[in-house]
Amino acid sequence: MRYKRTKKVLFYIGVAVVLTYFLFPFYWAVVSSIRIPSELFSPHQSLIPLKIQFESYVQVFTQRPFAQNILNSTIVAGAATLLCLVIGSLAGYAIARLKFAGKLLVMLFILSVSMFPQVSILGALFQILRSAKLINTYPGLIIPYIALTIPLTVWTLQNFFRDMPKELEEAAYMDGSGKFSTFLRIVLPLSAPGLVATGLLTFIFSWNEFLFALSFEQLPNMYTVPVAIAMFTGYYVVPWGQIMAASVIVTAPLVILVLIFQNKIIAGMTAGSVKG
Amino acid sequence: MRFNRMDPLHRTDPIYATAFIIPTLAVIGFIAFWPLGQTFYNSLFKFALMYPQSKVFVGLSNYGKLFQDSRFLNDLWNTVRFTVWSVGIETVFGLLVALMLNKKFKLRGLVRAAVLIPWAIPTVVSSQMWRWMYNDNYGIVNNLLLSLHIIKTPIVWLGFPSTAMPAIISVDIWKTTPFMILLILAGLQMIPEELYEAARIDGANVWQRFWSITFPMIRPTLGIALIFRTLDAMRVFDVVYVMTKGAANTETLSVYNQWTLFTRGFIAPYFGYGSAMSVMIFIFISVFAFFYVKMMKIKLD
Repeated sequence: MRYKRTKKVLFYIGVAVVLTYFLFPFYWAVVSSIRIPSELFSPHQSLIPLKIQFESYVQVFTQRPFAQNILNSTIVAGAATLLCLVIGSLAGYAIARLKFAGKLLVMLFILSVSMFPQVSILGALFQILRSAKLINTYPGLIIPYIALTIPLTVWTLQNFFRDMPKELEEAAYMDGSGKFSTFLRIVLPLSAPGLVATGLLTFIFSWNEFLFALSFEQLPNMYTVPVAIAMFTGYYVVPWGQIMAASVIVTAPLVILVLIFQNKIIAGMTAGSVKG
Repeated sequence: MRFNRMDPLHRTDPIYATAFIIPTLAVIGFIAFWPLGQTFYNSLFKFALMYPQSKVFVGLSNYGKLFQDSRFLNDLWNTVRFTVWSVGIETVFGLLVALMLNKKFKLRGLVRAAVLIPWAIPTVVSSQMWRWMYNDNYGIVNNLLLSLHIIKTPIVWLGFPSTAMPAIISVDIWKTTPFMILLILAGLQMIPEELYEAARIDGANVWQRFWSITFPMIRPTLGIALIFRTLDAMRVFDVVYVMTKGAANTETLSVYNQWTLFTRGFIAPYFGYGSAMSVMIFIFISVFAFFYVKMMKIKLD
């Protein structure tokens, strides 16, 4: 009995350590964002702030175009996700359900892009986007993001379509419904959970992407959130209070997303690797 | 075309399939394969990004120069160091936490959500959070170590080669171990409980059960997770760029490449040289990707 109890206590200590390790940096960011400057820039900071203020949150929006940056990220990530789902679900359906020659080749061709190191197309893509006058525009990021996220989208969605019962589609064909209208009216509504799971991953990827955003959006008003946060500088000191406030602002919606869609996100993350 | 006559349901499939797949192929053709080809073309010339009209054809000499560039070789080594350490620690740590989360206990849902959050936030944000914690004057890391009397004077973590790379690796571990945990956990949950019961009846202890059941069963998942992470670690950019910008001997290939293309190669004739570096990085990663394709047995039809 005693042995079992010690084991249980040890187990929960382990759980506590893991929880603290993964959550403490967030706690520290929140605390740092509301400390008064004299406490923030002191070598001995208390675990719980003695005085709090929200000045950093105000400054983030008044001294910088951070609201604009959030809007940019929302537009870019939102548009990339929607377009990627539209384009990717068509291809995923064709691979899962339609019979055609060269399927394996097409799939390999699409999947190979997921291994491309982004940096190896960075320079040439910049030249191409510049000649199309797309540098410092939304499409200049949206289109590359679609290309980067489409391999995983096609892969997870075709896995998802494959698992759906065939009978409904076949019945629809028998009733004279065309391939495209069957896809639109029967398959898409049924695959809503798969679309949500994949869409969440695409959105998170596009929201977080840094290298392309840094290289293709060069005006502070066009920065996405990650670029804006990386570029935070002050005249005399690093504005740590503001950096932490901005970090908390963009983390909060992601935390909510994670808490609501936990199972969907994990399903999307693991779909391509556990099943394949 | 043989099956068409036998199966009227699929007669029009090739036409629809072509129409359904063309948008995807068009996007990746224009945004991935065309730039890749152009990168190779650029790598054969000497020119600056701003002055493409004054291109000089230099053949493959940019590639020869790469292997005499000590900064390139050093950054290659840094990338390898970063990859081996971070992926290695992430795998072991991820496996341990996954085994823990595979047990049923109170708060399990909470722990799983908590683990997912570091993975979901932008790398730039996690890097800034940790850069603040590693701050030499006001960071909590020094604060804690000083008050525990482990160190006597504050350490400038991100200022010295001996501590900067480990600090960067620690941020990557914090950020991406969750990916390992969740993938391995998904693999663990597919193991039927009966296997363990049978082993327990046979008198196998925890250690034996792990090596004879758990490990062989999750090996495919583990392999895929490892390769995903290795490919990711080899192209690391964000965390290094935000933490040190490559100072204190932490520069990796992607950071050097981005700098060569856009800072050095903007008006100086190094854009072609940077493109050669991009091609080399592509080749390095393709070698690993080759194993990835071999391991991921693609099931079609």
